[in-house]
Amino acid sequence: MLRIFVLCLVLACPLQAAPVTSFSLENGLQVVVIEDHRAPVAVNMVWYRVGAADEAPGKSGLAHFLEHLMFKGTDTVGPGEFSATVAAQGGADNAFTSWDYTAYYQRFAADRLEMMIRMEADRMANLRLAQTDVETEREVILEERGQRTDNDPGALFSEQRRAAQFLNHPYGIPIIGWRHEMAALTREDALAFYRAHYVPDNAVLVVAGDVDPQAVRQMAQAHFGPLAAAGVMPRQRPQEPPQISARRLTLVDARVGQPYLARSYLAPGRGPGAQERAAALVYLAELLGGEGADSRLGEALQFDRQLAVYTGAFYDGLTRDDTEFSFVVVPAAGVGLAQAEAALDEVLAEFLQNGVTPERFGRVKTRLRAADIYARDNVQDLAYLYGQGLAIGLSVEDIAAWPGLLQQVTPEDVMEVARIVLRPEAAVTGYLARPEQEASQ
Amino acid sequence: MIRFFALVLMLASSLMLASPLRAEIAVQEITSPGGVQAWLVESHDIPFLALEIRFRGGGSLDAPGKRGAINLMTALLEEGAGQRDARAFARARDELAASFRFRASQDAVAVSARVLTENRAAALEVLRQALTEPRFDSDAVERVRAQVLAGLRAGEADPNTIAANRFAELAFGGHPYGSALDGTPDSVAALTRADLQEAKARAMARDRLFVAAAGDITAAELGPLLDALFAGLPEAGAPQPGPADLSLPGGETVIPFETPQSVALFGQRGLAREHPDFFTAFVINDALGAGNFSSRLMQEVRVKRGLTYGVYSYLAPMDHAAMIYGRVASANGRIAEAIGVIRQEWRRMAGEGMTAQELEQVKTYLTGAYPLRFDGNANIARILVGMQMEGLDPAYIATRNDRIRAVTVEDVGRVAREWLDPAGLHFVVVGQPEGLKGAE
Repeated sequence: MLRIFVLCLVLACPLQAAPVTSFSLENGLQVVVIEDHRAPVAVNMVWYRVGAADEAPGKSGLAHFLEHLMFKGTDTVGPGEFSATVAAQGGADNAFTSWDYTAYYQRFAADRLEMMIRMEADRMANLRLAQTDVETEREVILEERGQRTDNDPGALFSEQRRAAQFLNHPYGIPIIGWRHEMAALTREDALAFYRAHYVPDNAVLVVAGDVDPQAVRQMAQAHFGPLAAAGVMPRQRPQEPPQISARRLTLVDARVGQPYLARSYLAPGRGPGAQERAAALVYLAELLGGEGADSRLGEALQFDRQLAVYTGAFYDGLTRDDTEFSFVVVPAAGVGLAQAEAALDEVLAEFLQNGVTPERFGRVKTRLRAADIYARDNVQDLAYLYGQGLAIGLSVEDIAAWPGLLQQVTPEDVMEVARIVLRPEAAVTGYLARPEQEASQ
Repeated sequence: MIRFFALVLMLASSLMLASPLRAEIAVQEITSPGGVQAWLVESHDIPFLALEIRFRGGGSLDAPGKRGAINLMTALLEEGAGQRDARAFARARDELAASFRFRASQDAVAVSARVLTENRAAALEVLRQALTEPRFDSDAVERVRAQVLAGLRAGEADPNTIAANRFAELAFGGHPYGSALDGTPDSVAALTRADLQEAKARAMARDRLFVAAAGDITAAELGPLLDALFAGLPEAGAPQPGPADLSLPGGETVIPFETPQSVALFGQRGLAREHPDFFTAFVINDALGAGNFSSRLMQEVRVKRGLTYGVYSYLAPMDHAAMIYGRVASANGRIAEAIGVIRQEWRRMAGEGMTAQELEQVKTYLTGAYPLRFDGNANIARILVGMQMEGLDPAYIATRNDRIRAVTVEDVGRVAREWLDPAGLHFVVVGQPEGLKGAE
């Protein structure tokens, strides 16, 4: 049964919105088409609803390892030939893995779309892995971990912080994997993961750019249509218990040039049909630590007192399960991490007490509305938003409703989520320090 | 009436062949009533304007002893201007939902702006104040100076920054290219408000101004806005520095640093943008080490041997020197092998050049990829301002692919032989590499 409907992305602005078309194939493959005819360029993305948080215990890094191996060929396409074919068309391709999804994409001249769809459908069903390619690629992911994580104390710190934040949920395990587990991943591990999860009813095809939805539907039907649905089970992951005790950690590393502290709290993500709390959390992050000069933390720690050289608050609700709401404070020279933390706590307490000024709230609202307009300049970003949203379980309607929901948030909504999320007993506080500095804390 | 044509696609007979894509962007070259020259691409689909502004020279125009002044000055443009202090400036900008970015590089001070059609004039007035009436209030100077110093502290412990700084010093010595444009802790600490005002006068003047706009505006509307934007700037700034003489012998420099993975930056002399063989060098680099997986370095170092996650090379035709640079990172025990493979590929390209088939693949990729760059107002404006800085004219867009196609196997062989210098390639390695005998 094909379902087709067209939605308007933008609710708040009296503008022509990017038309979004959505339908599903009988085998369960979901398809989204986002039209932008300004340039004859298109993006083809396949999103699998499986990521690092779906790995079995002891197999950390497997989802990402498989992502690399998906370029090693199929029955009819040789190792590396996928990328070489895209490049021969002047296109570019790549892939990425998160805790909740694994995605593959190509960007190319729009008239090459069918070739891209054909090749993605092929590697959804016909992956071929030579043992030597698997072994060499395992060296590559270990070097990738070296580059991204082991060589960067900030990344190691972030990895440790997440492990402390998530007691029970696999969001606490790094996407790249723990080194000792990565080193033991096998070809059979990868193929088993592939067979279990790389099926049409566990995937979303997002095509964006100078494309015609009817033509996309025909191509998707022709190439993905013959693949059989596998009847995937709903994703079940261990969830976090309520946090009843604050957690602290300190990572000391001689390679730290500039110490800083990070603080995080467990926070709800954008649940299907219930995105209002997440919308309020977006405001909370902007109000507390968005634009340095116009955020509460920046004002208090960088302007009123010169305690910090940088402050920020972060929230990304595009996750399947509860996520984190976090802060970073980089202390000014001569200011200790403990002093910076005390100042952060003061600001949070004061904010919970006094709330937000209508003027600052209005500026955040205006910025978010404009961000939606600016976002339409980049159709690849829109494709990313839809793919990410659908991969975590939102509907096309949920995603289209988001900019409008952001415009409906009130200061009262923000203070309500602030009180729910920013509880002192639910804080995870980390210091990234140099050896000599740690001694003085 | 000039309309915006995106790209005109000539369809190929077969999907398996790259079609002769032709980029046809309708670029208007305008001169405002007050004499500001700009390139404009109109696109009225989305109600905003992307504006890219460049002042040639950038951090290379720091006065002697004032290293870091232009970088700090640039960071302070949005920290208070006209009647507004830093916070009032941020509020004014945010109330208009405008977006401004200011940054300095060795060769330019760059400003990127996005403004909504609904309040365009008001938003550009806020930008005008930043460009022409920055306050350099002492509290703002101290706050941003502390941020720069924190960045320098972080860089002192970052293998990538350590390698880049040492490479620059080895290659260019006392020329501005020989040091980081954000300065040193000492030089930044010593900068005064007068130094910052002087830095602005040196770097931001109309005799070095380049402007490109793309989006929801007409030429008639843009001209007066540009006049208002730049009227308060001085006519002339500091003279550009002379050529940077490359004084870098081949070899390896090892900087000991305790970390599990060594980072290596490498490079040798490149070709200037105006050099008649530039396009041939561009093609050679694409086959040798440009980003995608089919490059020789990626194939040999990563795909075949698993020695790295990423290895690449790129041409750097700067204003006062031309280089080819590259980067690789490998575990301390494997970096020597990775470097050996890179040197081997350098020798192979210099000795053998490329086959006709490999050249054809590279041309197909480069000519197919070029038109894909022009998607979106922000990208178009950025490309157009870059073209002006390189001395190109708008007609270049339509002919650029022909220049790629004109490169022959013989050109590649000759230029690779004359230009690529396996013995002259220098690696700066930061880490604890095993089996490398670099001088300290």
